[in-house]
Amino acid sequence: MSENLVEIENLRIAFPREGGMSDAVRGVSLSLGREKLGIVGESGSGKSLTGRALLGVLPSYAKISVDKMVFDGIDLTAASPKLRRSLRGGRMGMILQDPKFSLNPVMRVGLQIVEAIRIGDKKLPKREAFKQALAVLEAVHIRDPERVFSLYPHELSGGMGQRVMIAMMVVREPDLLIADEPTSALDVTVQTQVLSILDELVTRRGMGLIFISHDLRLVSRFCDRVIVMYAGQIVETLRADRLNEASHPYTRGLLACLPTIDGPLDPLPVLQRQASWLEARP
Amino acid sequence: MSVIADPIIDPKRALRAARIAEFKSFARRFMRNPLGMVGLVIVIALLVCAALAPILATHDPYLPALSDRLAAPGAEYWFGADELGRDIYSRIIYGSRLTLLIVGLVIVTSAPVGLVIGAIAGNYGGWVDRIFMRITDVFLAIPKLLLALAFVAALGPGIVNAALAITLTAWPPYARLARAEALIVRNSDYVNAIRLAGASDFHIIVYHIMPMCLSSVIVRMTFDMAGIILTAAGLGFIGLGAQPPLPEWGAMISTGRKFIFDQWWVATVPGFAIFIVSLGFNLLGDAMRDLLDPHLRQRR
Repeated sequence: MSENLVEIENLRIAFPREGGMSDAVRGVSLSLGREKLGIVGESGSGKSLTGRALLGVLPSYAKISVDKMVFDGIDLTAASPKLRRSLRGGRMGMILQDPKFSLNPVMRVGLQIVEAIRIGDKKLPKREAFKQALAVLEAVHIRDPERVFSLYPHELSGGMGQRVMIAMMVVREPDLLIADEPTSALDVTVQTQVLSILDELVTRRGMGLIFISHDLRLVSRFCDRVIVMYAGQIVETLRADRLNEASHPYTRGLLACLPTIDGPLDPLPVLQRQASWLEARP
Repeated sequence: MSVIADPIIDPKRALRAARIAEFKSFARRFMRNPLGMVGLVIVIALLVCAALAPILATHDPYLPALSDRLAAPGAEYWFGADELGRDIYSRIIYGSRLTLLIVGLVIVTSAPVGLVIGAIAGNYGGWVDRIFMRITDVFLAIPKLLLALAFVAALGPGIVNAALAITLTAWPPYARLARAEALIVRNSDYVNAIRLAGASDFHIIVYHIMPMCLSSVIVRMTFDMAGIILTAAGLGFIGLGAQPPLPEWGAMISTGRKFIFDQWWVATVPGFAIFIVSLGFNLLGDAMRDLLDPHLRQRR
């Protein structure tokens, strides 16, 4: 077993478009141990696609090429669809952005968690699965889990919904959790709450976490390392606490755009993109 | 945490109360729809006729009384008697059983078939979708009655064969409908979420896509009933559906055709029965759609 949970080398994802292919991810390499890795970047920079490629849930028309994609010693490029499916949920999970859409509207949320449990372990008795679901609801700090268990998604608040979603994904204790902008649909106070729950779960269960976001400050506070992506490439990898020492002009530009509470009241600078950033990097 | 062994006892009660309240408000809104009520009354009357046929009928529907051949409507024969002197009223009452039998058989077979095919086609897309949809296109391209006729001719006349033939012509619209819903649902985040949790395609189709297709399929079912009744009657009229002496309405019209100018009631009464029952199902289906479709609900 390698010490790294995930190794990706030179991942490329392209989508067919009229008159050729449009590249969405262009040569991303990254490795992840049991740590919290943040991926930041603007919309369309390929953050989510990278995460989805790792899980193997890209649409079938996406063209993927990768030199090496290893998860915990398993070569994902050679893995059968069946093996990859068994990895999903059990070994790696993904939290989606908006709980409003990521829970089945006509199913009680508790049953959705039970469903996730029983997909993993079909022989588990129902009663046991119910118990586990209640326990995990409690673990994501839901008061009165018995009541929430039998609610429908529309009866939950956004923060509660996202916690249910997290519960659904961590209930089988995956080794890797990919959180795809888990807090961007939530307001700020709920955001911190959800993040602290996530942090607690990840630390306690020793998971690797890929935290996809476009909130630089949030990521720098929450993660150990930060990868900055632009137009499908990694422009910079930084230690989260040294974000201010970023050297790439894109990262510096992003940082300059952030308002500070005691900073000058002048208009914030507008990010000036440079064509040279698009060029392939060594 | 003493409740943990039985997690859903109390919310269940609350839910039941909420469901009853929801049903009551649904019933209230339904009552305000006069045409829907008419439809409901007709359909209930049909069900009552079918259930209580031996009690409601005044004569044996099969027993000929040659002395009363083609008797006019009156105190003895409420709707007259047919060419063998059988009471038309009793035959209509018993015929409602056959009508319901055919409708029931067709609905329980065609809707699930269409649902499964549509959900599979919509979920997988690509060539699976193309093959299934071209097959449904072939079925849709041919007029329903004509196709049913061909099937019955191949299978042999009879009431079960007629139902089977109608089923074979009735499933494509359901498949189309289910496919359209599946196409919407399969890319939704919650299907992705359960896929991320490691669910198989089978699991996703059965537990997440089909339930979402169900509502539109059910509404479509109530509309289809009238069409099924007409097709069944059409087959009976041609002589390929229910066989005499069964009191099937279409077959009754067919025999009454010979006497239409002199003894009009023989053909007219079963015709009215078909007309009223189809109307009833249509009105009911219309009201159901108005009430169940959230988009239409908001517009008012």
